[in-house]
Amino acid sequence: MGTAVVTAPQQTRSRKLVKLLRDGDQIAHLVTFLFAASVFLVTVFLVYELWIHSGPSRTKFGFSFLTGKTWDPVAEQFGALPFIYGTVLTSIIALLISVPLGVGAAIFLSELAPPKVSNACTFLVELLAAVPSVIFGLLAIFTLVPIMRRYVEPFLKHTLGFLPQFQGPAYGVGYLSAGLILSIMTFPFIISISREALLSVPREQREAALALGATKWESTWQVVVPYARLGILGSIFLALARALGETMAVTMVIGNDTGIHTSLLSPGYTIAAIIANEFTEATGDVHLSALVELGLVLFALTMVLNAAAQLLIVATTGKGSKQP
Amino acid sequence: MLWITLFASAACVASAAETINAAGATFPAPIYQKWFEDFHKAHPDTQINYQAIGSGGGIRQLVEGTVDFGASDMPMTDDQLSKVTRYKVLHFPTVLGGIVPTYNVPGAASIKFSGDTLAGIYLGNIKKWNDAALKKDNPGLNLPNEDITVVHRSDGSGTSFVFSDYLSKVSPEWKTKVGVNASVNWPVGLGGKGNEGVAGLVKQTPNSIGYVELIYAVQNKMDYGAIKNAAGNFVKADFNTVSEAAAGAAKEMPADFRVSINNAPGKNAYPISTFTWLLIPDKIGDAAKKKSITDFLQWMMTTGQGDAQGLSYAPLPKQVVAKEQKQIALIK
Amino acid sequence: MDRIARRNAVNNVMLTVTGLCTIVTVSVLFLILGYLIVNGWRSVDWNFFTKLPLASGETGGGMANAIVGSGVVILIASAIGIPVGFMGGVYLAEFGGKTVPMIVRYTADLLNGVPSIVIGIFAWTVVVVPMHHFSAWAGGFALSLMMIPIGLRATEQFLRGVPNSLREGSLALGASKTRTIISVIVPAAKQGILTGMILGVARVAGETAPLLFTSLNNQYWAKSLNEPTAALPSMIYYRAISPYEDWHRQAWAAGLVLLVLVLVANIASRWVLSRGTSAQRG
Repeated sequence: MGTAVVTAPQQTRSRKLVKLLRDGDQIAHLVTFLFAASVFLVTVFLVYELWIHSGPSRTKFGFSFLTGKTWDPVAEQFGALPFIYGTVLTSIIALLISVPLGVGAAIFLSELAPPKVSNACTFLVELLAAVPSVIFGLLAIFTLVPIMRRYVEPFLKHTLGFLPQFQGPAYGVGYLSAGLILSIMTFPFIISISREALLSVPREQREAALALGATKWESTWQVVVPYARLGILGSIFLALARALGETMAVTMVIGNDTGIHTSLLSPGYTIAAIIANEFTEATGDVHLSALVELGLVLFALTMVLNAAAQLLIVATTGKGSKQP
Repeated sequence: MLWITLFASAACVASAAETINAAGATFPAPIYQKWFEDFHKAHPDTQINYQAIGSGGGIRQLVEGTVDFGASDMPMTDDQLSKVTRYKVLHFPTVLGGIVPTYNVPGAASIKFSGDTLAGIYLGNIKKWNDAALKKDNPGLNLPNEDITVVHRSDGSGTSFVFSDYLSKVSPEWKTKVGVNASVNWPVGLGGKGNEGVAGLVKQTPNSIGYVELIYAVQNKMDYGAIKNAAGNFVKADFNTVSEAAAGAAKEMPADFRVSINNAPGKNAYPISTFTWLLIPDKIGDAAKKKSITDFLQWMMTTGQGDAQGLSYAPLPKQVVAKEQKQIALIK
Repeated sequence: MDRIARRNAVNNVMLTVTGLCTIVTVSVLFLILGYLIVNGWRSVDWNFFTKLPLASGETGGGMANAIVGSGVVILIASAIGIPVGFMGGVYLAEFGGKTVPMIVRYTADLLNGVPSIVIGIFAWTVVVVPMHHFSAWAGGFALSLMMIPIGLRATEQFLRGVPNSLREGSLALGASKTRTIISVIVPAAKQGILTGMILGVARVAGETAPLLFTSLNNQYWAKSLNEPTAALPSMIYYRAISPYEDWHRQAWAAGLVLLVLVLVANIASRWVLSRGTSAQRG
């Protein structure tokens, strides 16, 4: 966009018009630039606000905030560890279920299903990603939680009760239920992006393996999947980022307990859930700023994961970020 | 940033409609919602939007200035009051209520609790329904050999404040380990949001116990227990026992109405009772708003009190009403 | 069993397992929809759309104010989010050099990944506290932040998809760059951009977490945009955690209505896109 320098001696009407339009280009450039820049500025502003409002808590606790185990509004002692623990634990449970399920389905959809069926199924799975979080929460409260309390958790206690992970009363709500709901909320991401990564594997790779006498499964598992592994990994990171930040559905089934428990059956808390529950009602200033600092921690966690996911996905599919 | 400015300037256009926004305690929410609806019918130009976000929320949002008035079932502390510099906060008691231990124990309709036992359950020392301490208070009752699921509030709550205040009064262990506040560091249990959330969880979870304002147990036909009071009698919360708890405080009400009636003396006084307050600024800039709020206060202290008993609350003692009506004049 | 047979058996078993994974994952959507229909359809009646909610514990009432409130909040979000997303996207695709678009693209991805609850905190600090009101504005502002990255990236992606020959042709005919963008490039990409915007609206329509501390809730009609406003998703949340049977019934109904709206928007966006691409090809 060079400036239009008009040196011609005679300025006709049409030239003036051209100049005006060139200037119009510059105005358009400037206006669209301002809009684009506002996206950057608002994000910076967001981080700034979180930083400023978490000030009292940061000065009071420093880095011990991240390792503190008590959340005690009476004594104004705030530590983030129970919430970080709960957030990470529920996300891991979610991935343990959604990764095999999602990658399995992605393999079927990319390698075996006829294109029409594959596209239709992928569309349905992507629709699942659009279901609002609060609806998952609603279903969880009235269907998943009673089933967990009545059947699944007593069964787990009965069969695996010798492990500390499966002890204690069957509440129905808790880490395990939250993890289950999160697994349903994350596999659409895994399926949709992994499928794309698998589809972008060159056909020669498959044909070479099959020509060497490999079965369909062998060619898929030993050649195609490793070829697309970065994209699959990226999809997992993206799913993880979504699971960490998920609020409503988790808040409705996590059980809201500020302790750190080994048992997956016991109630816990996640970062997003405690913010949702306590943010408008924290009476002390330190309490409020501790909640904002939790928000900052969550922001940092998801930022790192998202960046890693983007890099991995770009590396395999050669395209920009794609959300299902 | 362009659009933030744009948007902020558009937002500055003030509304002409007479709507008053209030937020706070869930404990009196059923009666407040009825009051505000009835008051709206009688004064169609005034509409009071009340959001039950918890007492902690009521205080916080009043301090932040995001609501016209707050509501709480714990009086504001001196520290909190000192943070409000633009005006003084006046406490207006509205009704009295009792906090009941509500439970979902199949086959046990009426369980008795001593203060110590209740503290033991909430400390996690008493883990089973057929614990010796519970059996001692309930001879002859067939209590199941099941784990107790403890339910408490997850939000900043005046109900929790009153409940933890009561437990502190009856249990030294509770006082040192946990203490008193709107939200405390609960040793055990599940958290539910609001009185509704606790009632919802207890209703859905067999062998659970929670604490809610009486109306929530009554409306949802949930069982609730009797508690041993300071005089040594087991009493259930109702209109009479809660009123009796307030009798002492009614005579010696402090000028700012900040008073606790927990574990009150009296043969049939219900031990976990409390006033609940509206928190109203003494300077209301908008004249129309000021008139609506003072009109409402007058209405609430006269006509409104008639609704209390029907919704399982106890109306204000006469002496308190007389004193409060004088306080209305302080709103400038 | 000889080796070939074993390998074939493994092949068959594993392929069947992947098929089962697909069936399980695809059926979840139908399970959700089915559950909501079974529990909610009877309560989606005239009252639901026309009546105000009643005080706690009373039977009856509807969610008229929440439905309108959701609409208002989404309109505000769109009024901010769509222009910013679109104009920003035009800049990235048509004007930007290298560094600035890269930074903007990165922050847009970052903003896209910010947990919704954190967006809620931000909107509370910059809108609710200074304005001294929970309001539809605050809710709309929060949702707009979630909409912008989607619209921005969709606009950029589809503008870039427009063949360069179209651009060059227009410029060669003497049209200015702005003129070219307005009358040639954007029209060629309009289906794609529209799809992105619909997806953005659909995404924020079901969001609850950013509304908890911004638009709060209201049991009446909000008389202005400066007042707390009820919204369908937050209503589902409050109703679902309550103890009242009648409120549960309404939560199911609201869930069904919300889900159908979101699914329809998503299907519509897919339909728009498929029409667009076939038109471009033809």
